[in-house]
Amino acid sequence: MPRSLRKGPYIFHKLLKKIDKVNSSNKKSVIKTWSRASVITPDFVGHTFAVHNGNKFIPVYVTENMVGHKLGEFAPTRNFRGHSSKK
Amino acid sequence: MARISGIDLPRYKRGCISLTYIFGIGKTTALSILQSANVDPDKKVSDWSDEEITAIRTIITDTYKVEGQLRSEIQMNIKRLMDIGSNRGIRHRKGLPLRGQRTKTNARTRKGRKRTVAGKKKAPRK
Repeated sequence: MPRSLRKGPYIFHKLLKKIDKVNSSNKKSVIKTWSRASVITPDFVGHTFAVHNGNKFIPVYVTENMVGHKLGEFAPTRNFRGHSSKK
Repeated sequence: MARISGIDLPRYKRGCISLTYIFGIGKTTALSILQSANVDPDKKVSDWSDEEITAIRTIITDTYKVEGQLRSEIQMNIKRLMDIGSNRGIRHRKGLPLRGQRTKTNARTRKGRKRTVAGKKKAPRK
């Protein structure tokens, strides 16, 4: 079931503050965040986010196509490299 | 002859069923098309008059995305997911289920027929 439209997209309030700060200072800097559930809005475009994947921060450069997705979708939490080959 | 958007409709079937042979048209859509074209849904395709066929054809081409166009749209959507490197795109690339289903067992629809592994590394799909 989708989120109620009345509430608008979910963005962690502290993350929003950080973005406002970066946007107003006109400087590009990596925004570190643990908030994987935040929805990417048009203000995010062009910034690089360091999204936590439970272990480390994955750099995610946000492009226009990503609007509407969540930050966590771009920082995989499991890194499966394949089964070990017996030799 | 009822040829709509590159598909030959089966002539011996009822209109509402025949239209579902077009990719992108299911039963509900077929019924609403026939309703707006003022054609009895139970009428067989072979009994359709030329005017009825043209009416149906214009409704489909004007309001619905079907066949090749629809298929390419779906492919574009998948490609977008893969290009932005989202989780769903990655799952598409790997040929695994997208919506968090288990893959320890089952998930055969996405993974295809079973490949038996005898000490060998599984060949990745694609």
